[in-house]
Amino acid sequence: MKPNTYLRRYIYGITLFFITLSGFGQMPIFKRYYIADIPGLGWLAQFYVTHIIHYICASVLIALTLYILFDFFFNGGLLDKITRMGFLKIIALTGLIITGALMVVKNLPNVFFAHNAIIALDLMHLGLCMMLLVLGLFSLILKKRWVS
Amino acid sequence: MAVKISRRAFLKGSIAAAGSVAGSTRIARAAKSVTKDDKEPIVTLLDISKCIGCEECVHACREANETKFPKPKQPFPKMYPNRVPVQDWSQKQEVTDRLTPYNWLYIQKASATVNGEDIELTIPRRCMHCQNPPCVKLCPWGAAKQEENGLSRIDSDICLGGSKCKKACPWDIPERQTGVGLYLDLLPALAGNGVMYKCDRCYNRLEKNEVPACIEACPEDVQTIGPKTQILEKAHALAKQMNGYIYGEHENGGTHTVYVSPVPFDQLNKIIEKGKGKPHLSKVKNMMADGTNFAKAMLIAPIAGVVAAFGKFYLSTKEDK
Repeated sequence: MKPNTYLRRYIYGITLFFITLSGFGQMPIFKRYYIADIPGLGWLAQFYVTHIIHYICASVLIALTLYILFDFFFNGGLLDKITRMGFLKIIALTGLIITGALMVVKNLPNVFFAHNAIIALDLMHLGLCMMLLVLGLFSLILKKRWVS
Repeated sequence: MAVKISRRAFLKGSIAAAGSVAGSTRIARAAKSVTKDDKEPIVTLLDISKCIGCEECVHACREANETKFPKPKQPFPKMYPNRVPVQDWSQKQEVTDRLTPYNWLYIQKASATVNGEDIELTIPRRCMHCQNPPCVKLCPWGAAKQEENGLSRIDSDICLGGSKCKKACPWDIPERQTGVGLYLDLLPALAGNGVMYKCDRCYNRLEKNEVPACIEACPEDVQTIGPKTQILEKAHALAKQMNGYIYGEHENGGTHTVYVSPVPFDQLNKIIEKGKGKPHLSKVKNMMADGTNFAKAMLIAPIAGVVAAFGKFYLSTKEDK
């Protein structure tokens, strides 16, 4: 495997770990379940900190996703090379980026979304996150690849 | 037999008589200024020098919002782990000296010396209704909402009572009642803990072009409500007139509640009773500013990704040549 591919995987893995952690940190669960009491994890109960970390990780994930996507096509990548697992992960990632971007816009001052739209976005974002986590776990266990 | 008339009852009677003439036009004027057609957010100005601490606003708030108050089911479900606190105000509904799920507005008291003269100040305190409210923006379920007129409120049908809004609020305003709300139908033992409550600016009255109950009930015209530009102009004119100070205009990046006081707010903050259910009057930085700045910076991310891929492709084609 090329060093560039290793680096990509490394960045993707770390980003996915922290974006998931900070994402779950948006819910008031880490303090309730003593996880924030573990030395070094106190930040998980600080909502403004997890909010910023989530934004930073999202920036890295968006940049990396678009880099891989364009790199794939620039190198003559064809859609039929993408595996079924790859397609499912792309759907989850695209959905996460779109719903996440809309939620970032929603959080800007003087921006008003319909209440039902906000609830739908929150639930979709959580659902897509769970979907990506399950797919990632399957990929690891069954050694499924993005491309054939 | 002597008939005892409480100060509150006396005031109520007086207001009913005098207020029916003067008040009706004033309230009608105020109501007209908060029509739904306004594009500007609604801001409330509170002239602290006028407040006599009669608590008419407090009682009017309780009466107007009684139907929204929690009706918890007893006994409360056992929650795990043990650190999850049960917060039950249903047996202390009469409390009016702090914010509770049953008391969304209270009178904070302060004694101060202005120009060598000792004065007693009373300050109606409730949710500030921030311009960019962290309670709304950071709510993980969309249970907290902000209307286009600037008011923020918590939907008691959706809130799970996680209290994140309270932790995110610079004034710790929302108060929790256990044993009520959606969490009871989900996983009451493991997630949620009731519903958070706070001032909703009488949104249902505003929808009918009526002013909030606390404003309507005030015998001293402490509060003025209207479009933001107009109210801020009034606040500055009032502050200039009384050689006073303004609070709320810039706190947390700006709020829809503006206090004007003859005493500096940092001085008031030192002497008011603060603590649970009793918000401070300190300066507050814009809590959402970092998030907003990072959000703007995020626009670079997709560009960086595409540029990096293009750069790699360009370098590889150059090497091939």
